[in-house]
Amino acid sequence: MTAMLNVRDLRAYYGQVQALHGLEFELHEGSLTTLLGANGAGKTTTLRAICNMVRSTGSIQFEGKTINKSSTESIVKLGIAHVPQGRGTFTTMTVEENLQLGAMTRKDTKAIASDIERMYAHFPVLKQRHTQQAGTLSGGEQQMLAVARALMLRPRLMLLDEPSFGLAPLIVRDLFKILGKINREDKVTILVVEQNAQLALELADKAYVIETGRIVMSGNATEIANNEDVRKSYLGY
Amino acid sequence: MDLFLNQILAGIATGAIYACMALAVVMIYQAIDHLNFAQGEMAMFSTFVAWQLMQWGVPYWGAFVLTLAFSFAGGVIIERVLFKPLGNAPVLTHVAGFIALFAIINSVAGLTWDFTIKQFPSPFGSSPFLGSQLISTHQAGMIGVTIVLLILLFLFFQYTRIGLAMRAAASQPESARLVGINTSWMIALGWGMAAAIGSIAGMLIAPVVFLEPNMMGGVLIYGFAAAVLGGLSSPFGAVVGGFLVGVFENLAGTYIPGVGNELKLPIALALIVTVLVVKPTGLFGRTIVKRV
Repeated sequence: MTAMLNVRDLRAYYGQVQALHGLEFELHEGSLTTLLGANGAGKTTTLRAICNMVRSTGSIQFEGKTINKSSTESIVKLGIAHVPQGRGTFTTMTVEENLQLGAMTRKDTKAIASDIERMYAHFPVLKQRHTQQAGTLSGGEQQMLAVARALMLRPRLMLLDEPSFGLAPLIVRDLFKILGKINREDKVTILVVEQNAQLALELADKAYVIETGRIVMSGNATEIANNEDVRKSYLGY
Repeated sequence: MDLFLNQILAGIATGAIYACMALAVVMIYQAIDHLNFAQGEMAMFSTFVAWQLMQWGVPYWGAFVLTLAFSFAGGVIIERVLFKPLGNAPVLTHVAGFIALFAIINSVAGLTWDFTIKQFPSPFGSSPFLGSQLISTHQAGMIGVTIVLLILLFLFFQYTRIGLAMRAAASQPESARLVGINTSWMIALGWGMAAAIGSIAGMLIAPVVFLEPNMMGGVLIYGFAAAVLGGLSSPFGAVVGGFLVGVFENLAGTYIPGVGNELKLPIALALIVTVLVVKPTGLFGRTIVKRV
């Protein structure tokens, strides 16, 4: 089986500083993969490199097509939705406008309208607040909105950067349940970057561990969860 | 009493021009976070193009539409050639760019059409408006055109997808790229629209101040004052600011002893400084609500 996303020898730079040192990993279609690592390990950089938002070398192939040299917006058009750290909410616009923006690359206005209704069914709280300025939503609601906005693209692959950040534990559980459902029912391949390793490993079927810009471990989520080192470093028991 | 009313109405009429200039300034400010000092010269050049077309026998409204198209294309080209390469360069680099643009456009206009004053026709004529002595048809036309323009812009930004994309690109460029918006072209589009709006201001004010390469100098300063007063982040504020500045300018010139015509300009500058000190966001610039 060929991978949907294939990353080889990925190196990324912030000015003179090298943040990724030859990263290699792959995502299979329909999988839910998590990328674990401490602060500063290069998790966010990896996601940003996939969307060409940071200078990088190496090879990134999406469905057999090399995408390193494409612009961010044309990578998005291939069906890669990126929910960035801090959620990327259009804070001055209404909830509904945020969803409209998620579908900016699509032309099928009727299907967009029905997708918005579908999102409201997924996330009823967004329907209640659809005319409200998105910046006034709570953190959890904004994260729901960010996921919904990404889904409006009808993505093939969804990248999530620390979706649990700053959220109450109960809300994180809800959110992860929804992500699992999206992965199973809408057949969206998901790569989620997390510091909350325990939850991420429960949810994912595959996991990579990244340390100072290199992949140091990979395997099935259950294997990784049972690994002695991972338990000590990331799960804390 | 008639004098007072007359001054207010005349103020609203010139305020309409300031409103257009302020609108153009705000559009570019929203897109690239810099004030375009060459906005007035761009408008002046467009007005010369309209004049030239009419000299060649094109009827007024034909020349008007052609000039809008020319200005739009010109704005896009200026952004692509000069300001896109500057990208995230420091403020001073941009200022230098704007001043260069100012000087280039001014000289090219002078070279092509020389510096003598030219008559520019008004499509509305200059008879008393509805038989009243308070305001002329041209002044009423200036107000009418500005209001129509404002409504069209509002509809464009609020109800079209491209308008939504432009707002998104201006407020959160990175997020905008992540939903697939080509932010770079949105900026170019903003420049094109700003140039076209400026050209309307130029064509409307030219019958009043006469056409010559330096005609927009004072107008642009009032436009800046209007934009600052209304709030640089608010197109609506820019228009309200324009009308307020127009009225204020006229009343001050008439009623404050010693101001007269000569000291009107410092009043605009004083207004800019006062607003920046007392309320830097302007009247309508919004403080963004944010919860984290």
